[in-house]
Amino acid sequence: MTDIAAKAERPSIMSFVKANIRDYALLLSLAAIMVFFQFTTKGILFTPLNMTNIILQNSYIVIMALGMLLIIVAGHIDLSVGFLSGFVGAIAGVLMVTNPFWPVEWKLGTVPAIAVCLLAGTLIGALQGWFVARFRIPAFIVTLAGMLIFRGLMIAMLSGRNLGPFPESFQAISNGYVPDLLAFMAPAGINMFALVVGAVVTLLILWSNWKARMLEQAHGMAEEPIELFYGRNALIAAAFLAFSWIMANHRGLPNVLITMFALVALFMFITTRTTFGRRVYAMGGNEKAARLSGLNTEKITIAIFAIMGGLSALAGLVYAARLNSAQPKAGAGLELDVIAACFIGGAAVTGGVGKITGVVIGAFIMGVMNNGMGIMGIGIDWQQVIKGAVLLLAVFLDVYFKNKS
Amino acid sequence: MGAVRTAMQQAVGPILEMKGITKTFPGVKALTDVNISVMPAEIHAVVGENGAGKSTLMKVLSGVYPHGSYDGTILYEGKERQFRKISDSEDIGIIIIHQELALVPLLSIAENIFLGHETARNGIINWFEAFTRTRELLKKVGLSEHPNTLITNIGTGKQQLVEIAKALNKKVKLLILDEPTSSLNEKDSNALLELLKGFKAQGIASILITHKLNEVMKVADRITVIRDGKTVDTMDVHTGEVNEDRIIKAMVGRDLSERYPPRIPHIGDTLLEVKNWSVHHPQHADRQVIKGVNLTVKAGEVVGIAGLMGAGRTEFAMSLFGKAYGTKISGDVFMRGKPVDVSSIPKAMEAGLAYVTEDRKTYGLVLIDHIKHNVTLANLKGVSERGVVNDVSEIGVATKYRKDLGIRSSSIYQTTVNLSGGNQQKVVLSKWLFSGPDVLILDEPTRGIDVGAKFEIYGIINQLAGEGKAVIVISSEMPELLGISDRIYVMNEGKFVAEMPAKEASQEKIMRAIMKSWGT
Repeated sequence: MTDIAAKAERPSIMSFVKANIRDYALLLSLAAIMVFFQFTTKGILFTPLNMTNIILQNSYIVIMALGMLLIIVAGHIDLSVGFLSGFVGAIAGVLMVTNPFWPVEWKLGTVPAIAVCLLAGTLIGALQGWFVARFRIPAFIVTLAGMLIFRGLMIAMLSGRNLGPFPESFQAISNGYVPDLLAFMAPAGINMFALVVGAVVTLLILWSNWKARMLEQAHGMAEEPIELFYGRNALIAAAFLAFSWIMANHRGLPNVLITMFALVALFMFITTRTTFGRRVYAMGGNEKAARLSGLNTEKITIAIFAIMGGLSALAGLVYAARLNSAQPKAGAGLELDVIAACFIGGAAVTGGVGKITGVVIGAFIMGVMNNGMGIMGIGIDWQQVIKGAVLLLAVFLDVYFKNKS
Repeated sequence: MGAVRTAMQQAVGPILEMKGITKTFPGVKALTDVNISVMPAEIHAVVGENGAGKSTLMKVLSGVYPHGSYDGTILYEGKERQFRKISDSEDIGIIIIHQELALVPLLSIAENIFLGHETARNGIINWFEAFTRTRELLKKVGLSEHPNTLITNIGTGKQQLVEIAKALNKKVKLLILDEPTSSLNEKDSNALLELLKGFKAQGIASILITHKLNEVMKVADRITVIRDGKTVDTMDVHTGEVNEDRIIKAMVGRDLSERYPPRIPHIGDTLLEVKNWSVHHPQHADRQVIKGVNLTVKAGEVVGIAGLMGAGRTEFAMSLFGKAYGTKISGDVFMRGKPVDVSSIPKAMEAGLAYVTEDRKTYGLVLIDHIKHNVTLANLKGVSERGVVNDVSEIGVATKYRKDLGIRSSSIYQTTVNLSGGNQQKVVLSKWLFSGPDVLILDEPTRGIDVGAKFEIYGIINQLAGEGKAVIVISSEMPELLGISDRIYVMNEGKFVAEMPAKEASQEKIMRAIMKSWGT
């Protein structure tokens, strides 16, 4: 008797997986796509050099997607991020590089130039947010206007030409690597520091998952079957350790990777643990109820657009540093990849729904596809078609499973 | 002449008979064995309290609830009818005009009248024909507006007339008007009623659903009273035994069979005082919605605000709660004798107010989120430090309220959209209780929830009063107000028209106060 009761109370593994199909499906899709390209690129995909490349190529998408998630969760959209990042790249150019077509020469150092650029991006974002919040102009329109304005300003500032090269300290944002502080411990060719950081990060993730699990259990709310919990964490650990091994076999940890990682961690914290994050979700879920609960929705809207502006600026700097020049075509179309990453990652157009983990995975699905198709020699034309189809498929499956449950 | 008379004589039977209509919703019997018959060329009034079942009956008649979803028969022009959708009843001349008008504001009068029945050939609209016919129709309802005028640019009264013109265009034989004068002023109301009389002369029958008994007395030929989903009386105005008192008695004449948890009031000092509160309509700033309302509530007191729909109760409460409604708001608010600033929602909350909305799905809950997040939404500071939410204390708070208020759910992580109405209401209440207010304004706290949950909500209200909080309850259910309040304000047309201790109040007294105040 007691046996049967115990069995009945414990949720079966299958029913839990079914209830959370969205989260698992996303991870499995990324894994499947990686395995697929590993074969079709004849093993190039997972080489240390190429993995590093994927990180570098994808970093600005991931950085901007973090902010875009907040915007989409709040029920808005920002179309201007691509050209805003390009525009900020152009600002960095005129601040640091001698431009024959620009009346003033500043020759600013790397650090002050970065500070000015980030500030400019944040203020521009806040201004757009102010129009959305204060005058209730749909974000689609405000940022469409912004998109045109920033594009024009960018081309005007650069007089339509590439501007470079940047000082080496600036290029290091994208092209630099964290020096191997532990080189003395390891054989040549292996970046010991990368391995140690990878192991520490893995342990931190496992520890925080374990703590969350304990808290749930203390309140009798641990719904995930223990087998799945162990399995999931084992997979996470394996993935992170394997990844740091691959990194260690090339040149170690790129600076961008560290920046990206720190930002992802920060935004996971903001969305899940802070009152600010909670308010953004509540506002996107039901703005009227949020306002009637005393939330200052105007302030929150301005804040998320300011954050988005700051992140766009950072992405623009990373992009410019990677190409070692400010280019008049920089950022074109990036907003589409960023928005697609959010929707592939499970954010809802209606607002109130979306996770940072989903968006990061979504961004990497896009990134791996871009990279893999590039190696396979598929033309940019067909790449677009395939990416569009994947976006549609992801959202279709999302809606399909939602209606089913 | 002779031919007309024979036609009239042939149609001497009722144009409409509804027999033994019973309609049940899951858990609720909305209509029980309702009978009503309407003669040709008759104005038939249907009266009853809010929630008595008038609208449900009309939805059965018009086919919103299709044949088979109710019991009973509908005879129209002598034949049994089985409407499957609204157009089935419209096609044979039964047209219903709802309280919320079904006009498209940014289209013209002509476009609205012909919406869905465009004067078109092969999809190409003949605007000249539409204009001429619109002009004719408008003339019949006494409007001289240009057919090109946008709906948004004419007043509510005229919009109502456009709706009627639209009905005329569909060859109406039985016109049903649901509270047609609730948003009209005296003059427009009278014009509308005269129009109904004119239709009567042309042989069109009308069913008039209304609260306003003076209007009923003015135009109706017969009156059917519905109470608790049953027909309790049908009166013939022309026999002369009908007066407002008899109608009111029939409308509210139930014994207070519902029970309210007992409570011994401990009433303290004055907590909230509102003086000379006036509010204007947010879109039409020249229309005053609340007209100089004065209110006091003492600690430990439950104060009810009675009134009919549209009396301005919700508007009053929301304007008081941080100007959540209205423009050009004036008046003073005092808490424990000291003036307080309630000019924004956070400030009103700071002053100790909480407003529990009548529309919990639109204004109360983040439906896609779970109980825990909804409970703490109005007081995130209470479970966080320096902007970081403390999971443990948040879970503690949600668990406490779930237990204290008896929110029946699988866990605090159940999505609120999946909760029953009563449990959703408890989540909204939890949210506001956790914000720690001194004065709670509960707007229709038991709307759409079952009897058991109502009893629990009353218990919570008693407990709050027992803790020394002041509770203001807005409700359209008069027995409820009489059962739980200490004192009752009666509101009508944006004013408090009467105030009485609940002990001395009765449904008749409240109804009389409302009826007496129309147009004053």
